Amino acid sequence: MSSDEGLSRRGFLAISAAALGGVMLAPGIRLIEIAAARAPDQPASSKVRWGLLIDTNKCQTGCDDCVSACATENGIKSSGHPRTDSQWIRKIELKDMRNGRTHSVPVMCQHCAEPPCVLVCPTGASFKRADGIVLVDRHICIGCRYCMMACPYKARSFVAQELTDQNPDVPRGKGTVEGCTFCVQRVDRGQQPACVDACTKAGHNAMTFGDLNDPHSEIAQRVAQYATTAIRADLRTDPGVRYQGL
Amino acid sequence: MAEIVAYRQLGGPPTRFWGLLALLAIPLALGAVSYFYMEHYGHIVTGMDNQIVWGMPHVFAVFMIVAASGALNVASTASVFGKTAYKPIAPLSALLAVSLLVGGLTVLVLDLGRSDRLIVAMTHFNFTSIFTLNVFLYNGFIIFCVVYLWFMLERRMNRYSKVVGMGAFIWRLMLTTGTGSIFGFLVAREAYDTAILAPMFIVFSFAYGTALFIPLLLATCRWDQQPIADELLARLKNLLGVFVAASLYFVTVYHLTKLYMTQYDDFERFVLLDGGVYTFLFWVGEIALGGILPLILLFRPRTSRRGIVAACALVVIGGLAQMYVTIIGGEAYPQILFPGMIESSSFFDGVVHPYMPSAPEVFLGLGGVALAATIVVVVLRALAVLPARLDQVAGPQV
Amino acid sequence: MSLRGLLQFVACLALMLPALAFASERTPKPDIIIANPGHCVAPTEIMRRNHPEMLLHQRDLTVHEGIRTTKYNLERCVACHASKTTDSVLGPKGFCQSCHAYAGVTLDCFECHASKPKLATGASQ
Repeated sequence: MSSDEGLSRRGFLAISAAALGGVMLAPGIRLIEIAAARAPDQPASSKVRWGLLIDTNKCQTGCDDCVSACATENGIKSSGHPRTDSQWIRKIELKDMRNGRTHSVPVMCQHCAEPPCVLVCPTGASFKRADGIVLVDRHICIGCRYCMMACPYKARSFVAQELTDQNPDVPRGKGTVEGCTFCVQRVDRGQQPACVDACTKAGHNAMTFGDLNDPHSEIAQRVAQYATTAIRADLRTDPGVRYQGL
Repeated sequence: MAEIVAYRQLGGPPTRFWGLLALLAIPLALGAVSYFYMEHYGHIVTGMDNQIVWGMPHVFAVFMIVAASGALNVASTASVFGKTAYKPIAPLSALLAVSLLVGGLTVLVLDLGRSDRLIVAMTHFNFTSIFTLNVFLYNGFIIFCVVYLWFMLERRMNRYSKVVGMGAFIWRLMLTTGTGSIFGFLVAREAYDTAILAPMFIVFSFAYGTALFIPLLLATCRWDQQPIADELLARLKNLLGVFVAASLYFVTVYHLTKLYMTQYDDFERFVLLDGGVYTFLFWVGEIALGGILPLILLFRPRTSRRGIVAACALVVIGGLAQMYVTIIGGEAYPQILFPGMIESSSFFDGVVHPYMPSAPEVFLGLGGVALAATIVVVVLRALAVLPARLDQVAGPQV
Repeated sequence: MSLRGLLQFVACLALMLPALAFASERTPKPDIIIANPGHCVAPTEIMRRNHPEMLLHQRDLTVHEGIRTTKYNLERCVACHASKTTDSVLGPKGFCQSCHAYAGVTLDCFECHASKPKLATGASQ
């Protein structure tokens, strides 16, 4: 911040108001700055590592804004068969057996840096993109479901019936495996995943999405400042999704 | 002292042969119908879901693949370990091995969500995946078995059969290691994540393969009213007994180890005590019927042929029960995301997952069994694979 | 039948083959309806022959590398080629399906991809 000697009171107020406005509109602005830097004809780069920080202190039992936003954005409809219906994100209600403390935790694909699902896929359909997003290339997925056996976070679903009326941005079809994509179609446009957007718009602000490799991003600063945990950290999969409050 | 072994085709009147094929056509047809039904409507018509990801087809398929590598055992004992008493029945062993593998693979491939993309699986390889390695191992095994069969049956090539037999033996050890490692490499489930599954599957394969081979051998002899030496049968039944005992050993070590480790307490309680159908199948199916009862039947002083066949059937039942407990039980027990916490969610976290085998799945599995049987029957009739004489056993150096 | 007789018979049949080329009035042709006038992203002859290869290449670029240029974008193909009446590229008069049915080539894309263009609200119809 430049020295404000010689600046009039009016000037000082103007600068402060602009800075405050910039901060208040963030983190969206920060994100768009960096994401829009990747032009559509440029490939995803490993300079970026997308991550998600979830503060479970701000998650309440019964709130499923993130879950419904995901379903709307990705065209996931309930077919009345909960056991086979896809769920890319779900709220897990936890209760600590020793002291009765409860948590409500949104869990989705953890976008690991060392994903077991990528190791086991016979065709390479389950892969990690350069910027850290773990995806299923549904063109070469043969539907063997080995990745579903291998994922420690139960992140993936198998499409067990014919689908119609897919979201054109999110192709999904029978016989292939799918999971949370960090809304890659939105991230590539410079937006945030639908769940983060919904949580922020509703005012809960439990989810922060951003580039873990960018020291100026909100998520990188928070992760450096506050203690965060990973689910099943003992497995050393190095997830891109971190949790606070657990 | 190379003994010339004479081989013959399966005999009997044509009506009997075609009658047998007609009988096999029924499960084959049901299997085919099930496949098309599943492929058209999707896996929603089966009992498999996002919790129980692999079901009855995989129980049958993995059992058959494991048994396939074990079925080659008798041939290996003849060629690799020099036990010439088994030489006459070695080709039959190789035939059973390749048929079981083809049957098991067929079920596996037909259960894929996109079985039309098999060509993708054959052209896109991820070499960190045990499935990819298995593509090579399974195809290589088929090639080995066919070449081995050829070398055993063609007199000019007999002298190379030892080399191929050795290669086939090493290959099937790699194959079964790969099959066991499908599960052993996974950290995601309490039942897996252990190196012991690979050697355990190898020992299982010895038992299951031999338990399928002996009744086949007796059936072919019965079909043509061919006498079979008691001594040969006694050797085979002792082999089976040793393998069953070794299987029990591995199962014991597996569970003792997991029982010792505190983190697996809940899982072991599930399998051994309060897992419902899985506990039942483990104790009654895998241990009692598949282990203890066959040992009694095989090693009691006056074993009859009926007793041996009964023991074989029990080992097969025990094997299927073991696959059910390992594969489906391993999936039914919930994945632990938050140790020490009770989990619940709309995605069925934290609860034991129910599973009901559906008709299409069972028929698909049985269709694979029928396919293996059909291949065996047709090749037995077309080629001279069966031994001409089995009532004399080879000399004392064996 | 002698070998010579057989060869003569086969030669007669072979000579009749060109007649098939003149039966074009009876040969069914696909009824390809172009919904929107103008040019495709490449000349028609190139598109007709090479669109499978273009699709196969582009899908790898998009899925694996995140390259989402607007020129080679399946959604834009669908949006432009969707029938004016059914709003889809499938169906007996659909742009993709009519030719694929004629050629007898499996059309796998729309198992997963939406066959109708996006509405202004962002959802498929």
